[in-house]
Amino acid sequence: MMINSATRRDLALGVIVVLLLASVTAAFPQFARPGNLAEILDDSAILILLALGQMLVILTRGIDLSIAANLALSGMLVALLNKNYPGAGVAPILLIALVSGTLLGAINGLLVWRLKLPPIVVTLGTMSVYRGLIYLSSGGTWVNDNQMSPQFLGFVRYEVLGLTLLSWLAIVAIAGFAMMMRYTVLGRNLYTAGGNPAAATYTGIDPGRMQFFAYMICGAIAGLCGYLWVARFAVAYTDIALGFELQVIAACLIGGVAIAGGIGTVAGVVLGCLFIGVIRNALPLIGISPFWQMGINGLVIVVAAVLSARRREDKRAILEAQAA
Amino acid sequence: MAAAIQQAPAQPLLTLTQVKKSFGGAHALRDANLDLYPGQVTALIGENGAGKSTLVKILCGIHQPDGGELMLDGRPIRVRDPEHARQLGINVVHQECVVFDNLTVAENIFVSARPKKSRFIAWSEMRSRAAEILRQLDVSFSPDTPAGQLSVAQKHIVQIARALTSEARVLILDEPTASLSHREAEDLFRIARRLRDSGCALLFISHKFEEIFALADRYAVFRDGASVGSGMIAGTGSEQLIRMMVGRSVEQLFPKLATTLGEELLRVEGLSRASEFDNISFSVRQGETLGIYGLVGAGRTELAQCLFGLTAPDGGSIHIAGKAVSISSPADAVRHGLAYVPEDRQQQGAILPFSIAANVSLTNLDSLAPRGLCSRQRESALANHWIAALGIKATGPAQNVGDLSGGNQQKVVIAKWLARSPRVLILDEPTKGIDVGAKSAVHAVTSEFTQRGNAVVMISSELPEILGMSDRILVMRRGRVRALLNRNEATAENVVQAATGA
Repeated sequence: MMINSATRRDLALGVIVVLLLASVTAAFPQFARPGNLAEILDDSAILILLALGQMLVILTRGIDLSIAANLALSGMLVALLNKNYPGAGVAPILLIALVSGTLLGAINGLLVWRLKLPPIVVTLGTMSVYRGLIYLSSGGTWVNDNQMSPQFLGFVRYEVLGLTLLSWLAIVAIAGFAMMMRYTVLGRNLYTAGGNPAAATYTGIDPGRMQFFAYMICGAIAGLCGYLWVARFAVAYTDIALGFELQVIAACLIGGVAIAGGIGTVAGVVLGCLFIGVIRNALPLIGISPFWQMGINGLVIVVAAVLSARRREDKRAILEAQAA
Repeated sequence: MAAAIQQAPAQPLLTLTQVKKSFGGAHALRDANLDLYPGQVTALIGENGAGKSTLVKILCGIHQPDGGELMLDGRPIRVRDPEHARQLGINVVHQECVVFDNLTVAENIFVSARPKKSRFIAWSEMRSRAAEILRQLDVSFSPDTPAGQLSVAQKHIVQIARALTSEARVLILDEPTASLSHREAEDLFRIARRLRDSGCALLFISHKFEEIFALADRYAVFRDGASVGSGMIAGTGSEQLIRMMVGRSVEQLFPKLATTLGEELLRVEGLSRASEFDNISFSVRQGETLGIYGLVGAGRTELAQCLFGLTAPDGGSIHIAGKAVSISSPADAVRHGLAYVPEDRQQQGAILPFSIAANVSLTNLDSLAPRGLCSRQRESALANHWIAALGIKATGPAQNVGDLSGGNQQKVVIAKWLARSPRVLILDEPTKGIDVGAKSAVHAVTSEFTQRGNAVVMISSELPEILGMSDRILVMRRGRVRALLNRNEATAENVVQAATGA
């Protein structure tokens, strides 16, 4: 396979993540224990799932600020469902989380596609609306672990081959997204729609429709993550995952997804999430306050932006070449 | 195979009859008629704004005509969207490069018809079929190259290759050579001729007469959205085509006032900017209007932006009233008495959501707000003065500029500058897209401005405007000065010839 600029960036980020792991391990050998690495993956799984969904949206020149609110609302709905029908099992929970997330995502998508509203305005608005709906549906009360059924709580923790089902979900999503982005027309057209919307229109691809699909898939993932989050942290209330959308967007940007659309890879996004996950796990170990996490994320985003801004500017050539 | 093509086919493949299209009251096409024959290249000729681009957009399904008929193989058709056009065998190589820079050449070629194997994209098949098409076209770049690394000419070839993935019956080349070198254009023509010889009907849009005579078999001339002539290229001369192209009766729409020429106000010597324009020299005097004519992409706007300090020159000098000055920002330019009315009125000229008063006061805030606070009364008074002086049709100074007609928006932009009393007014396509009445009003305003001892530099693609308003005409082509003609020696023919190199 050819080494293009995206692959090169992914490789560079991969090397950074490995170096990070290696240097922390050098000081604290227990850091690289398989158990701890599995924990980092488990910790990063929801971030990875959400960042993959967010990547689709950013690829089409959009942004989904409502992703964490969608997660929280879908999570609250399934928590309430489980509280009232504890014997219903996990399958309807998963289904309802996905349906709820998809619908909430589709609302964003329709507003952006049909009404041509700016994505940041639409999702800033729906972010607040979805949070408000949590309050309405729960009456502001919490759903605690003692109100959740053992299956509801156990699903994400169930271990297969040393990894939790949550981790396996992330792994399956990574593989599925890699396939989709490379081998399906939908995946490819998300790149075309964001890379050059005018050209997409001229070739018969509707960029608005692509945006709609991106928001819908992103919403479905957010809904699923709603259940995963509530089950993993064993609590549901109005403010869960408050502000988490910014960490999701940060993971995408660290992973090389261009905010201007059209550029981004699954590998990059996953590495971006692992970068954040490794730092989050390493900071307490080396005695630095976890509050530095945000600062480090921010620094990486700014440095990456400065590096990519140093592209040479395209010059329109009007003059004929002096000598043919 | 050549023998079958030599005799002219009797039946056109694609026919347009009395096609109409208007955008918000402005007629882009009034009466467009066109026949395209298989195995022939038809050149579509017309000035900027003659309706060529609209015609292309109708043919590829981006716009739907308001009236008239399209026939393919003698049957009426409606092109629903670009995908439908492709299915009908109508392919377009667009003027602006419509490729995806982040995707490979192979994927760009197959972007609307990616080969699949059991519902998944078959990359190896795509790559080998793309390589085959590129081999047919005899080009050197690989299907794995990211399209962003290609030259403009190569991007055009990628678009042609796109047409070859299915049966291309009609290929439209929309000014493909506008920014190509001579050799690159030759390569493109070689490919175009091969397609023609295989029976494809080509529509070739170009301003360059040497290319039209080299490539085309037939011509069709458009003017102001209507067909004004068509026929075989053989036996037709470029003067004849130019006359059809510009031949509207030069109505006495241009109220140019007699002025006396005074001191030199602006002199430009050897101004150059890499890849945009080279060694431009001219001067304008008090009372003078200098017209700058050229085709779109000749470097005129780039020159104006450089004069106004928006970009920095690589060489040459600018003199104001005899003194060499350095202009490194628009603020410098304004300080030296220059004003610039840009081509894109809605994006760069007026601030549409602002009121007339707020637009006019923009350049004069220092005098309106001597102590940092802007006086609303003085702002309104200033706006009222210019609404009256330029005859701006508005409800009052508080009306938003976005609600005005195009002509009145342009008057507001001009008022904004006149309120500062500049010495040299640079106008870039000042009457583009505005109606006839507003046009002559704009001309009257600039003419009065020169009569008061100031100078105007007017860039325009409209020949009657250039010929009617200019004291001298500077003609640019490909970033260089090709002619500098006095009013009495300039004719439509010699100006167009200098601009097109015909």
